[in-house]
Amino acid sequence: MTTTTPPLAGTATTSDQPKTTVGRVRKRLNTRAATIVSIVIAVVWTIPTFGLFVSSFRPEDQIKTTGWWTFFTDPQVTLDNYQDVLFGQSASSGQLASYFINSLVITIPSVLFPLAFATLAAYALAWINFRGRDWVYIGIFALQIVPLQMALVPLLRFFSTGVTVGGVTLMPAWQLEDEQRFIQVWFAHTCFALPLAIFLLHNFISQLPTELMEAARVDGATHPKIFRTIVLPLITPAIAAFGIFQFLWVWNDLLVALIFAGGGNETAPLTVRLAELAGTRGNDWQRLTSGAFISILVPLIVFLSLQRYFVRGLLAGSVKG
Amino acid sequence: MNFEFADEAPKLMILLYGLVAFVVVVGGLLFLLDAVPTWFARRRDARLIAASASGGTVTIGRLKPREGVLGLFFLLPTVLLLLIGLVVPAVRTLVLSFMDSDGTNWVGLANYDWMFSQDEIVKVLTNTLLWVILVPLIATSIGLIYAVMVDKARFESIAKSLIFMPMAISFVGAGIIWKFVYAYRSEEQDQIGLLNQIVVFFGGEPRQWLLNAPLNTLLLIVVMVWIQAGFAMVVLSAAIKAIPADIVEAARLDGVNAWQMFWRVTLPSIRPALIVVVVTISIATLKVFDIVRTMTNGNYETGVVANEMYNQAFRAGETGQGSALAVILFVLVVPIVIYQIRNLRKQREV
Repeated sequence: MTTTTPPLAGTATTSDQPKTTVGRVRKRLNTRAATIVSIVIAVVWTIPTFGLFVSSFRPEDQIKTTGWWTFFTDPQVTLDNYQDVLFGQSASSGQLASYFINSLVITIPSVLFPLAFATLAAYALAWINFRGRDWVYIGIFALQIVPLQMALVPLLRFFSTGVTVGGVTLMPAWQLEDEQRFIQVWFAHTCFALPLAIFLLHNFISQLPTELMEAARVDGATHPKIFRTIVLPLITPAIAAFGIFQFLWVWNDLLVALIFAGGGNETAPLTVRLAELAGTRGNDWQRLTSGAFISILVPLIVFLSLQRYFVRGLLAGSVKG
Repeated sequence: MNFEFADEAPKLMILLYGLVAFVVVVGGLLFLLDAVPTWFARRRDARLIAASASGGTVTIGRLKPREGVLGLFFLLPTVLLLLIGLVVPAVRTLVLSFMDSDGTNWVGLANYDWMFSQDEIVKVLTNTLLWVILVPLIATSIGLIYAVMVDKARFESIAKSLIFMPMAISFVGAGIIWKFVYAYRSEEQDQIGLLNQIVVFFGGEPRQWLLNAPLNTLLLIVVMVWIQAGFAMVVLSAAIKAIPADIVEAARLDGVNAWQMFWRVTLPSIRPALIVVVVTISIATLKVFDIVRTMTNGNYETGVVANEMYNQAFRAGETGQGSALAVILFVLVVPIVIYQIRNLRKQREV
């Protein structure tokens, strides 16, 4: 038995005879059975998505009559489904190209606004001394537990009828129409994202070294200057992490869009249109499969390329607490 | 082709306005933050010079710009948005839940009374309970088992990505993916849904999976588990990797086997992360709406609170009843969150 402790990493996988006790334990946990089970789980987890993906390229009559697995014995590939669901003539085709643009138009400002405001607020709550600071932070933290369902009805009224107190109109109705309704959606997404964004970014910002901040203050830097030149560059990874998080959340959202965007192809995002297709044309599998794949394409690309940051954003909120 | 780029131009214009607004608001705020303290500083300097020129002394209130004012500027947009978008509406929803469908007359507890007296709604409540018990339990277990099994395996990162991937897929997308898995064709035809194909392969009869309660609710729960297990796995995997090596080694020297290692070392060490995962998934599950809406639209006794709330408030026009359901959702979330906060505080003290 060796008494030295070589570096942890790699001991379990590089040799058949692990030299450390830790390695041996790990070896035992990673028996062949465990490996096989984990591969099986990974395959089971991927098959539904894979089946959808394969189906989306099969001709309509094939999708509707045979299972996607027959593709391997009788491979027939077509892009017609995509052509149809993106640019199709008929009203039932999906016309997803237009909704795809809506999703983009909704998502970009809905990510930028909460990020900017949350970063500013998180900085103030962490490093600017003013009375009641802790109370404001606790208040914002507590708002996380308000389900957004609690805010929907009155917020919609706020947009559609304005604010009137005792007969005095404090704010007129916004009376947004068609494309202008995007503004409502941005507004709603921004409000709903703030508590969590501030909480996560506050975790990062308050962990910056105190000496750094004090040194900057001694040098005569004002808060805005410290914020722009010191804090922002240091927390860019955290901002990126939350940005991805918010991007996925907004892109994948259905509820907020249903209520604030309206159902038309002027403003509704992909998710709304897809849910509609799934409801009314539940048997048009050629459209549903290709449509669903179009809607998950962008988040998948974002997810696969920026996975590391996404994980960091998740862990900031959960493991550190 | 039904797609004219010109039709899309107004949308892109709105996007442009949005981006301009972003630059103006955020840029303007940063500018103000820079300019206001400088202005105060300059005025102070001017007064100092004037005072020294006249030979008198001047009392200066503060030498530094007021921190409170500055903090207010940093916080202003956030506080305003939260008040308008969350605080006031939440209070208003609470009030509306005691009013009739127009929100004009007080009806006392009638909406809550309705909730617990209608069989359908009671069904919705029990379904929600089923979701919130099963999803966190199963998703966390699978995530935990998987995190332990693939830890330090050769294919770890790919395997983890595969499980984690559903996190990136919208609930609507996931709903369609699984509707396809559950798809039904009558016995004479070839099956196109994987599940029925498996059933047929083993000699069974194909079934309409999503039509029969309570099985359909369980099958919807599968979708949520499919999405959330990856989240549990990623967080728990990070927690497992953070267990100090000397603890593992000490346990090993004491001669524990893999089973004991898991129950006596791994599990207690990752307990905080475990709680966070369960709580987070529970809250997400309580609010689940998209899956139910996409797959069954709450029919065939599959409704849940969040979904029913939408139906009542935005489709049936029963604002009072919808609001009451939203309040119930809030009431259900609160104890879970309080439990988590208490746990976090306990850990901090230890």
